[in-house]
Amino acid sequence: MSLGSVPMKFKVRIDTDECMLCERCIENCPYGTYRLEGEKIHIDSRRCVACHRCVAMCPRDAITIEEKPIDYRSHPVWSREAREAIYNQARTGKIVLAGMGNAQDLPSIFDRLLLDACQVTNPSIDPLREPMELRTYLGKKPRKLDLHRNDKGDVLLKTTLAPNLRINTPIMIGHMSYGAISLNAQLSMARAVADQGTFMGTGEGGLHPSLRQYQDNMIVQVASGRFGVDIDYLERGAAIEIKIGQGAKPGIGGHLPGEKVGPDVSQTRMIPERSDAISPAPHHDIYSIEDLKQLVHSLKEATEWKKPIFVKIAAVHNVAAIASGIARSSADAVVIDGFRGGTGAAPRVFRDHVGIPIEAAIAAVDQKLRSQGIRNEISIIASGGIRDAADVTKAIALGADAIYIGTAALIAMGCRVCGTCYRGQCPWGIATQIPGLTKRLNPDVEWQHVANLFKGWTLEISELMGAAGINSIESLRGNRDRLRAYLLDEAMMNVLDVKPVGA
Amino acid sequence: MCGIISVIDRSRSGMDGSSIKKALSLMDERGSGEGAGYAAYGVYPDYAEYYALHIFYDNLVEPKVAVDEILRKWGHIEDQEEIPTVEQPDLRRTHIPWRYFFKPDISLMPGSRTPDEDIVMKLVMQINTTIPGAIVFSSGKNIGVFKASGWPEAVADFYQIEKYEGYIWLAHNRYPTNTSGWWGGAHPFNLLDWSVVHNGEITSYGTNRRYIESYGYRCTMYTDTEVVAYLCDLLGRKHGLPEDLMVRAFAPPFWDEIDQMPDEQQRLNQAIRLTYGSALMNGPFAIVVATAEGIVGFTDRIKLRPLIAAESGDRLYISSEEAAIRRMEPALDRVWMPKAGEPVIGRVRI
Repeated sequence: MSLGSVPMKFKVRIDTDECMLCERCIENCPYGTYRLEGEKIHIDSRRCVACHRCVAMCPRDAITIEEKPIDYRSHPVWSREAREAIYNQARTGKIVLAGMGNAQDLPSIFDRLLLDACQVTNPSIDPLREPMELRTYLGKKPRKLDLHRNDKGDVLLKTTLAPNLRINTPIMIGHMSYGAISLNAQLSMARAVADQGTFMGTGEGGLHPSLRQYQDNMIVQVASGRFGVDIDYLERGAAIEIKIGQGAKPGIGGHLPGEKVGPDVSQTRMIPERSDAISPAPHHDIYSIEDLKQLVHSLKEATEWKKPIFVKIAAVHNVAAIASGIARSSADAVVIDGFRGGTGAAPRVFRDHVGIPIEAAIAAVDQKLRSQGIRNEISIIASGGIRDAADVTKAIALGADAIYIGTAALIAMGCRVCGTCYRGQCPWGIATQIPGLTKRLNPDVEWQHVANLFKGWTLEISELMGAAGINSIESLRGNRDRLRAYLLDEAMMNVLDVKPVGA
Repeated sequence: MCGIISVIDRSRSGMDGSSIKKALSLMDERGSGEGAGYAAYGVYPDYAEYYALHIFYDNLVEPKVAVDEILRKWGHIEDQEEIPTVEQPDLRRTHIPWRYFFKPDISLMPGSRTPDEDIVMKLVMQINTTIPGAIVFSSGKNIGVFKASGWPEAVADFYQIEKYEGYIWLAHNRYPTNTSGWWGGAHPFNLLDWSVVHNGEITSYGTNRRYIESYGYRCTMYTDTEVVAYLCDLLGRKHGLPEDLMVRAFAPPFWDEIDQMPDEQQRLNQAIRLTYGSALMNGPFAIVVATAEGIVGFTDRIKLRPLIAAESGDRLYISSEEAAIRRMEPALDRVWMPKAGEPVIGRVRI
């Protein structure tokens, strides 16, 4: 079968009037789009992924990238993506891989929820003049306090509180492993979260020795491959997260290709060099909720009940019931990852078709836990496609205690969301282990960008809270009265327990 | 805007309703003539052992038959009557206020430490959510709430509150925003022993409501104040928090202050905020809560609504305005402005 080539995705042009042949584009493109031919830069547009590295580095703004310069005959059913997936599979007979999060053109629920503000009947609160409290504690809370009064009339607290994780802002960075991303990327984010009084996840890739200086702000992960896990690793983390699933590919495992497993990654993950690191779909010791309970318990015992344990699941149809099972274990928080959650590589059919939106998942989990009277047993951390401070605020108003960002933190370090992470040649030094590329990301500079993102969002959340007449984040959490739905259907509003605009 | 005033006589001497009516009427600028109400403790001494259920009926046929049936199922009705009222020219009668003196059959709620209160709470929630045309607006022992849509003077004269004697009075003059003049929306709100008057708007209502509803309470009055009564019942009665710590949960110190406290205090305050974060009330408010044992007044954490306290002999007054207090008692021993979030507590002497 001769299929020929498919139309190129991008057309790159250089304005020769502007170009001064500095060759920065050639140096910066790891995909080989550019080469010097005599007195001219030759462009192979077919290699371009639109990562914009060349555009960002061109001193003369001479480069233009056009998306889809040649389109197929338009057809409402047979989209470009549908056709190309078939060409691809007709050639290879394999599963089609894709990067980043769900790329389907589905409406965002966050965009159809609107926040409230005060007018007249209650005053808005100015965060510049009044305290605004975003401090959050993650972990189990008692249902009630046992107090007693001694002879002198002092009130004494008899209840012992479980260890909670204190965060100064309800934003954390989710788990992206060393291997999936570079050490420099991890170092930048770790320094940022330490500076901002919040946390990031190690992912299932172990904790590199150079990250130990930030270990008090790191959540270590135990996933189905158990890579990098030993007692030293568990004890270094501020909390431990058991990863059951992720929003980008619910129900399946992970695969770090051997070419990314260099000496350093191999040591940190505790696997042989150049071997594929395959995380199986289920944990081989978890086949039921009781098994999960035992793993939580074992990790608690191993760390002497000093550390909160999180359990991360993908937002699937039955997420509320699963979360209520998790709440009944010793776990301290459930992380719910929605279907827009990012990833380095996932089968396209999973990325685009499995799982549910995080907004609905938060609402369903919070409601289920409340109806069973066990919301205090567990904190809810939401993730998957959170783009700005408004998304954070809406997630909390729906019932989340805190959120994880992933892609947003990478964008703060330069990522252009080109979705080519799985090729391991990230020109921004993020999703790559190639030394020439990772050195492009300077942790001494980039940590500040990530920290700035936290600062900016935190300020915006404070302003949104103040405008809503709320000075403590506890009063935003689950406060769905301060949300209104715009252009959502009635069934969806019932799930979210949110009224329509105007009501 | 709303105006509130309350008084307790610590020696339990009775006061009739005439002077609080005058005080509340002084604050008519704070109301709109669409709601006013009074709560008095100690008004039914002959029925002190019975729960006095005050109910607004839309008519005396379907809703009343249903309520009678459910009450008889769960206990014994000692007495019942229409609450005596006198027509007022500027008060439109939209409900029939009725009262029962009711004793629950505690054998029907085995395994509860407070079966009688649990039964009454359950009945209040059930009637208010399932019987159209009936709203229980007062359900304590020896307590009566008297409220309607109208100016304070008209409501007081409608119920003839000068004929009732109580050792605690709460009163409220309403400027409605959430729900315009329906009688159920007027203050005070009551559940069992708890009565609440409130000036302001609780911006955390959604959080508070979802928290309290997970404990079996149902908010049915379409207004934010109701949730305060239920929160008091949960924290004060069911969880046994003393008043000062209950107020601490509702309007806790800021984290910056907690961080500066000595260890033991820090632990206690942190535990309160962690455990009762969903009971924290935000937004502008001044609230007075009463039980048979006393009254507590407090404001939001940054005092966005006025609250003033005063003493004269055995009597403690808490109000939106000093002028209103002086209308009741011109000669005061002490007048002070409580700080934001700081409770003013008046207890009866034992």
